[in-house]
Amino acid sequence: MITDSQVEKWIAVLLRGGVLLAASVVLLGGILHLAHHGTVRPDYHVFHGEPMELRKPNLILREAFTGRPDAIIQLGMLLLILTPVARVGFSVVAFVVERDRMYVAMTLVVLAVLLYSLLAG
Amino acid sequence: MDTSVFTSILFVGSLLAGFLGALTGLGGGVVVVPLLTLAMGVNMHYAIGASLVSVIATSSGAAAAYVREGFSNIRIGMFLEIATTLGALLGAYLATRLHTSTIGIIFGIVLIFSAYFSAREPKTADAGRSIDPLAHKLKLEGSYPAKDGKENYRARRVPLGFGMMFGAGTLSGLLGIGSGAMKVLAMDQAMGLPFKVSTTTSNFMIGVTAAASAGIYLSRGFLDPVLAMPVMLGVLAGSLLGTKVLVRAKSQSIRMVFSVVVVVLAIEMIYNSVKGRL
Repeated sequence: MITDSQVEKWIAVLLRGGVLLAASVVLLGGILHLAHHGTVRPDYHVFHGEPMELRKPNLILREAFTGRPDAIIQLGMLLLILTPVARVGFSVVAFVVERDRMYVAMTLVVLAVLLYSLLAG
Repeated sequence: MDTSVFTSILFVGSLLAGFLGALTGLGGGVVVVPLLTLAMGVNMHYAIGASLVSVIATSSGAAAAYVREGFSNIRIGMFLEIATTLGALLGAYLATRLHTSTIGIIFGIVLIFSAYFSAREPKTADAGRSIDPLAHKLKLEGSYPAKDGKENYRARRVPLGFGMMFGAGTLSGLLGIGSGAMKVLAMDQAMGLPFKVSTTTSNFMIGVTAAASAGIYLSRGFLDPVLAMPVMLGVLAGSLLGTKVLVRAKSQSIRMVFSVVVVVLAIEMIYNSVKGRL
């Protein structure tokens, strides 16, 4: 039998680990980007929108593994967005173990909204 | 100005924003967006994208610390996240459709309200003795460690709190902020939950709420990696620093000063939006 405080401890580890991993990947990509393109003049005044390969999770992953710096940063951002999603996923499991059907259902709703945003938004 | 210089300035600015955001409890987002749009000339859409990921980072980082203290209530948080995530979807869709100056004006108004509520004394409202049977059915109750043993509490006015959370989620998704002030308001003022439970549970919820709109921002191309990189790292580092200082110094005066700064930024945002410069 697991207790609420154990669940809370695991959630804390999960959140901290996720943020640390995401920040490390972002930092790595950032250093690589500045080393290659540090002298380019940035222009963010007019909104153009990011290219497709920096928008879709599968394309970000593919580009990042070719070593493209901005895609590596974006992979870190994706990991960051996935951290709360993983936390909610973990909560589903915790409520299943606690046999709390009502909260399993509620947590699944939250998870569905998050996945919808990430995959279909 | 090349990318290296631009990135360095953004990092330092975001560090400061995160530091002040943590000290005052307002969060880094409310300063980062004005910093990017007013001072650095960044388009509103890119600015709210960069701000939102920094919100996820700080919320998740801070929540890790709060969860272990035993104040945050995971069930109340999860129940209310249904409202905030759905609101966040709506907010993110609105952000893709509304004109940047409209977003700027709403941002300014929300800033003023946030400043007001963060400057007020933390006091739990007396929501009346009325018992909400819904709260019992949904298990929206708990206990927290108080001075003399455990203190029990139960939520009241659940539908009102749920509705306000939907609004908080919408603002979060529309403006790229955590909207922690409104979440706390929904819990401690509307639902009558203890202040400490409200603030820590709110922090716990901010990351999940922000993730719900971040997915849409990402797929609509609002999230520029090179711009978001120094913002996310800066706000995260700054807020971790701020949390460390906060433990040592409870500072009402800093809150007041910061609130004034936020109001000035708010007026600046509204003015520039009306003039069509944002």
